Amino acid sequence: MAGTRKSYDGVAVCVPVTIPYRRYSVNSAHWWVGRALHALTRQARLRPKDIDGLVLSSFTLAPDKPIGLTQHLGLSPRWLDDVPLGGASGIVALRRAARAVQAGDAEIVACVAADTNHVDSFRKTLSTFSRFAQDAVYPYGSGGANASFALITRNYMNKFGAKREDFGKICVAQRDNALSNPHAIMKKKLTLDEYMAARPIAEPIHLFDCVMPCAGAEAFLVCREETARSLGVAAIRLLSTIERHNAFADDPVQVRGGWAMDVGELWAMAGVKPDDVDFVETYDDYPVISMLQFEDLGFCAKGEGPDFVRGHSLTNDGTFPHNTSGGQLSAGQAGAAGGFLGLTEALRQLAGKPVGKPVPDAKLCVVSGFGMINYDRGLSSGAAVLARAA
Amino acid sequence: MTDPLVRPKRKDPLKRTRMPLAPPAARSRTAHGLTAAAAEGKFALQVCSDCAAVTYPPRDACPSCLSPRLPFMPVDNRGTLVAETTVHNSPEPYFRERVPWRVGVVKLDVGPSVVAHLHGDTVEGARVRLELKLDKIGAPVMIALPAKETPNMQDDPQLREMTCDPKFRRVLITDGRSAVGQAMAKAFAEAGSTIVFVGIADAWKPYPGMEALRRIERVEIVPLDLTDSESVAEQAEQNGGRIDIVVNTAEHVRAGGFVDRHGLTVAREQMDIRYFGLVRLAQAFGPVLRGRGADGVNSAAAFVNLLSVHALMNWPAYGAYAAVEAACLSAAQCLRAELRPGGVKVVNVFSGPLETEWFQTVPPPKVAPAALARAVVDALKRGLEDVFVGDVAEDVRARLAVNPKALEREISN
Repeated sequence: MAGTRKSYDGVAVCVPVTIPYRRYSVNSAHWWVGRALHALTRQARLRPKDIDGLVLSSFTLAPDKPIGLTQHLGLSPRWLDDVPLGGASGIVALRRAARAVQAGDAEIVACVAADTNHVDSFRKTLSTFSRFAQDAVYPYGSGGANASFALITRNYMNKFGAKREDFGKICVAQRDNALSNPHAIMKKKLTLDEYMAARPIAEPIHLFDCVMPCAGAEAFLVCREETARSLGVAAIRLLSTIERHNAFADDPVQVRGGWAMDVGELWAMAGVKPDDVDFVETYDDYPVISMLQFEDLGFCAKGEGPDFVRGHSLTNDGTFPHNTSGGQLSAGQAGAAGGFLGLTEALRQLAGKPVGKPVPDAKLCVVSGFGMINYDRGLSSGAAVLARAA
Repeated sequence: MTDPLVRPKRKDPLKRTRMPLAPPAARSRTAHGLTAAAAEGKFALQVCSDCAAVTYPPRDACPSCLSPRLPFMPVDNRGTLVAETTVHNSPEPYFRERVPWRVGVVKLDVGPSVVAHLHGDTVEGARVRLELKLDKIGAPVMIALPAKETPNMQDDPQLREMTCDPKFRRVLITDGRSAVGQAMAKAFAEAGSTIVFVGIADAWKPYPGMEALRRIERVEIVPLDLTDSESVAEQAEQNGGRIDIVVNTAEHVRAGGFVDRHGLTVAREQMDIRYFGLVRLAQAFGPVLRGRGADGVNSAAAFVNLLSVHALMNWPAYGAYAAVEAACLSAAQCLRAELRPGGVKVVNVFSGPLETEWFQTVPPPKVAPAALARAVVDALKRGLEDVFVGDVAEDVRARLAVNPKALEREISN
């Protein structure tokens, strides 16, 4: 099965762009998308009309869809896609764009995720997120994602003996990594004592287990290697990807994501092993989800997440560098851009041009995404193995 | 164990009354299958007609076999509380003023995992039973209760948000002259109501059962004539602010239809007492009930209509009466929509012929006034919205669901 998939040879992923986040923005999502595209064209010295492929991810474009943005921004792409998959958007946008470029359907695809955050827009997003959320989750205390992930975290703790300290370690290490990232929303050092003493939000979730919703944008380009060369931008190679939706629907509470179904193919297609990677970017809407990814991506067995975390520093200069820009927990969650954050950071680290502290000799990494808590669990998962050009 | 409710102190008249807020009310059309079950106190989920899979949340196709045939059916409500959380932070104003609020995931024995409100006596890892309730805005919600009854479990604050328990509440029985009114007064006194106001028109006229009614503890006889707008308004002015549950016991039962009766005297009288009486009550008591839906332990909770089940299908033997009952049912539906924003439930209690003098010639089965009163109190304790009392009411309900036309033909024989 795995052998039938075509490789991504010849595809280049390049020009990572981050528009610095703001806690609240008076601007629209359109403005943030525009800024990201502007930055892409500036950095790659492209004219807007050179972008002939566009894939957008956003929760706050209403009433517009990506098609409306082409007219709004004056683009005329011959390939257009909408990836409304939240935290899985980055990986999914990347793999679709890669195939479009390989097939010649587009030459330069801009992958953009942007969301604004107005006062009170968070409550509105929560209450109308999905039909199942509206019918069967939101009326129950209206705790939103905090409450849903509290139940997943609690169940994981009951089942596998994880302690709050284990999740705290992930959060504290990410904060350390964020301190060198000038774009991070959270700028103060976090100690484990402060983590443990934080106020409860939805037990066992406490304040520092939660991301800070904010406004922002992330973007990158996908093109052929020769196009990247002609533009003079650093090209990162894509070795493999996976994507899966609504996996393990019969698990009473989510203890694994779709990665667990496809992880064999992820490493086989890339031709590398988990031990080979130099750093890892997981989707960290809550630390328990990062722990699931350590297990489901093959770094340790199911239930060994807590021990694995205890055995590593998770910092850029330590063992198992993880979420090297601070992740969403420290950099902030700019809506769908949260699903791109790990990718843009990985592209910079692999190109040797990180915004913050570099991972020493970063050549190979895995980035994973996770999103769309439709009812009681995240439905979408994806992962990509990326490598510095040889 | 639940802490027993403490009888609320007299309210400080200078204190601001807490405004009613509503939990999220939006539901998909399919999810109103849960509303229908909750309204009658049933536990029903979608069961696939083709593969028998039990499904939740409500869907429009079976996730096991994609069949579109997914009727709501009664299913076993037992399961295990797998994980719980206590919400301390909510963007919704209703929950903000009620946190900490416990919710959890219940794995039902029949299959689905259900996110539910948690009764205070439920324990993580233990067995629970789920019930469907209507919350403060009349939307269907699941609540997990301990597998076995626990002391004072009715007094749980989260459960009480979904019920209209008469305990420590103050009730108005609108007409105490009838056997039904008197049975109702007794039942509410026994259910722990703080005051049972009983309306009597023309108090100088004696009536059967008068002495027994007066002897019931916590009963307070008040002047109230539902055919007199001023009398109703006066009573609302006097006591409206401390009445939490209104039970309209006014009745006007006469045999016969239209063709064999001359003139409109009886029809007018019926309309005046039943339909206009209800309208007068709604106008006088509605605003203050709606404004007091979140007023502490003894918040305004319910408006109860006693209706003939023949409001749903005319019974020609008592045809004129049934037509008036149908008008009252329609008015009650409107009132329900008007009081819902205040968190006040309109409870419609349907019964067949009663064991009273005006149904003297009707053969059994009939409903004893005491049984009707017990059913009303039970419905309020459980937070029901539609209640069918007795065999005739159940029979009409069941036959209506199958073939209303058959019922229309057969009921006239």
